[in-house]
Amino acid sequence: MLRFSTWKLFAIVAMTLAAVLIVAPSMLSASHYEELKSRLPSWLVPPTIVLGLDLQGGSHVMLEVDQADLISTQVKNLRDDVRRILREEKVAITGGIGATARGVQVRVADPEDREKVLPKLRQLRNGFSNALLGGPSPLDVEASPDGLIRVTVTDAGLTDKSRKAVEQSIEVIRRRVDALGTREPSIQRQGDDRVLVQVPGLQDPETLKEILGKTAKLEFRLVAEPGQNPSETEELDQVDQEGKIAVEKTVMVKGEDLTDAQPGFDQQRSGEPVVNFRFNIRGAQAFGEVTSKNVGRLFAIVLDNKVISAPRILTPITGGSGQISGRFTVEQANNLAILLRAGALPAKLNIVEERTVGPGLGQDSIDAGKRAAYVGAGLVVIYMLITYGVFGVFANLALFVHIAFIFAGLVLLGSTLTLPGIAGIVLTIGMAVDSNVLIYERIREENHAGRSILASLDAGFTRAFATIVDSNVTMFVAAAILYFLGTGPVRGFAVSLALGILTTIVTAVTMTRIMIAVWYHYARPTKLPI
Amino acid sequence: MKLLRLAPENTKFPFMRFRRVSYPFSALMSLIAVALFVFRGMNFGIDFAGGTVIELRAKSGAAEVGTLRTIGEGLHLGDIEVQAFGNPADATLRFGLQPGGDVAQQAAVERVRGAVDAYYDLRRVEVVGPRVSNELVQSGTLGVVLSIIAVLTYLWFRFEWQFAIGAVIATMHDLLLTVGFFSITQLEFNTTSIAAILTIVGYSLNETVVVLDRIRENMRKYKKMATAQMVDMSINAVLPRTIMTATTVMLALFALVAFGGQVIRSFSVAMIWGIFVATYSSIFICSPMLIYLGLRNEDADKAAQKHETEHKAETAVSARDEAAAAPANPPTAAEKTPAPSRKATTKRATKTRPA
Repeated sequence: MLRFSTWKLFAIVAMTLAAVLIVAPSMLSASHYEELKSRLPSWLVPPTIVLGLDLQGGSHVMLEVDQADLISTQVKNLRDDVRRILREEKVAITGGIGATARGVQVRVADPEDREKVLPKLRQLRNGFSNALLGGPSPLDVEASPDGLIRVTVTDAGLTDKSRKAVEQSIEVIRRRVDALGTREPSIQRQGDDRVLVQVPGLQDPETLKEILGKTAKLEFRLVAEPGQNPSETEELDQVDQEGKIAVEKTVMVKGEDLTDAQPGFDQQRSGEPVVNFRFNIRGAQAFGEVTSKNVGRLFAIVLDNKVISAPRILTPITGGSGQISGRFTVEQANNLAILLRAGALPAKLNIVEERTVGPGLGQDSIDAGKRAAYVGAGLVVIYMLITYGVFGVFANLALFVHIAFIFAGLVLLGSTLTLPGIAGIVLTIGMAVDSNVLIYERIREENHAGRSILASLDAGFTRAFATIVDSNVTMFVAAAILYFLGTGPVRGFAVSLALGILTTIVTAVTMTRIMIAVWYHYARPTKLPI
Repeated sequence: MKLLRLAPENTKFPFMRFRRVSYPFSALMSLIAVALFVFRGMNFGIDFAGGTVIELRAKSGAAEVGTLRTIGEGLHLGDIEVQAFGNPADATLRFGLQPGGDVAQQAAVERVRGAVDAYYDLRRVEVVGPRVSNELVQSGTLGVVLSIIAVLTYLWFRFEWQFAIGAVIATMHDLLLTVGFFSITQLEFNTTSIAAILTIVGYSLNETVVVLDRIRENMRKYKKMATAQMVDMSINAVLPRTIMTATTVMLALFALVAFGGQVIRSFSVAMIWGIFVATYSSIFICSPMLIYLGLRNEDADKAAQKHETEHKAETAVSARDEAAAAPANPPTAAEKTPAPSRKATTKRATKTRPA
């Protein structure tokens, strides 16, 4: 019992010092931390504990690719492709191109024509997806003997498209969120069809949602004139007015041909907020051509299938720049400019989960968590003192180190501290002393059974150790499962709990043992003090 | 210095005798818990049911629950729940999934914002769509099931199979009663509650393992003692520790309930109940199960019953017991302990034996 290796003592003292040094910067105020960072070499200053969104305030938004929208886009593209092939091969069909749930069908009566068309249709697979080499085909091409040909997007094809949409979306979303000027946003893919956006410390979460929820597909189209063929036009909603407006299906210029967009004010007339934009060369040419041919007509500025405004073309616009007005507020003009600069999302994304915590509530939660932790720790410390006296002091010292270890662990792992995480720490404060209690009670028992003090101390530590390991393993298993299945704040709880369980073995067992051995060496007690 | 002792010293409670009361009682309680779960149901939070929670703080400093309810009902969002809590300026609004999918959910939040923006700050907005809530239900259930399987496996390796079964039955019991607790109190059940349940599972096993460890140790030491008596002795031996640990954890939890704030209150309250139940089940459910599962040689159990009813001379029974047990149980490590400790244990054995 009395002997312990010097290296063990040294290791524990070193670990404790290291833990305190690692945690200390996190306890400083932000300005002091910055000062420390500027004075010392950066590798010497450990990072501070990362607070979860529930503590520092912020938004957690999960976006999901809208499957219905994705399918309809794919079917539309497929229809264009099929029409192009039929035209190129000069093949006649009976009836039009029909729609199925996930594809198109055409009836080609002539068997020779069918033989000409089928290989071309099958080739569409290659362009559709780059998931080649043995993967399941993204397109199904079926031909029945009566001349009906069906082209269908398969599940594999859809998954592939949605995965690609997510990849491209992440880039677009990053550009949009960066434009908000927030610090350290996190944008991650989740599974095949989701993107998780986490933005800490946001003052105005509404704007974030505003710019995340929009596809921002901008199109310039001509407004239909009376008497135009209805199959070439469609009715679209208007943003600031009731009722629909008929516009041509053909798109003159698309948003992807924009090179820049900035919010501004209408200089000539009302002085209302507008968005000024510039086209690239292709866009400028196309726009100049169309506007020259159609002076006097209305053209519609269409964003996500809604008409923002439909001004009249007064003169040909050939300079490659223009202005969008639509009775915007300053904020709306700002947001639209951000969206146009960042580009359109490749598919429609829906918000399937949102958790937003305002900065005020976050600070309240930090305060509440701190208060609970201080009171909880205080109560436990007092209770240990009045129950175990000098041994209680040892347990409390170990508890202090235990808490330092947990926080150091959080810093080293870079994991976030959440409110449930604080609850986990408070809980492990209660549980950490359990190991001490097990040992102390065993020592008492052995002493009552007639053993000498030294023999009781020895038996207490050895016998209780197996129990401590067994009981902590079960708790650790629960924490581990929680970690792998939980999300966000709950994960934070699992991390603190698991860390707490690991460190308790070092602090409650090894540390207290050394302290008691040293105490015994100097005090030479004749009676067990517990 | 006089130190505080919550647990009396050297207790000799005949815990095993209570099994005729505790088993029917616990069975009844578990049935009630299941019935509550089925008929009364749980107050599922938006994590599992989907829907929206908005926490508001009145700019004037006083939230008007009645007005908020009227405003909420005017927006036609289905069942809307308005609650005040803690601070008089705060209130929460909660409503379920909106027909029309994820887009409609966001639109509903916008309508609420528009309606209350002038008088209230939105401090917290949580919206969970139908697909996400289904996934959370799945992962939550999976977590609870997996943790039970994992722990069963660990205990099976580490202890005799009876111990593992006993521990799992005790854990299931705690789980059922915790679910019943959520149902009867209608505390909101969300992902943090799953964390509470898994922590309770962990704590329950922690308690159980401490008792089982001692039973195993004593089983090797006192081969001649009747099982029930040996189990009683073990529980009494660890009782001070059980009470001590439950108290410290409770102290920490009460601090969380009182000061930890609204978000983790239901977690802390559930944990307090869980600690209570876990402590009870480790003593009254798990340990008697060992006897029912025939932990020892059958002869020993018969002898134990005889001992309880007839108060026969113990020496004769024990001799028979040892003779019968000898071929079945090869000598264990505990038996090979050196002479002095052997002496100490026999001395204690006589001391703890009822007169």
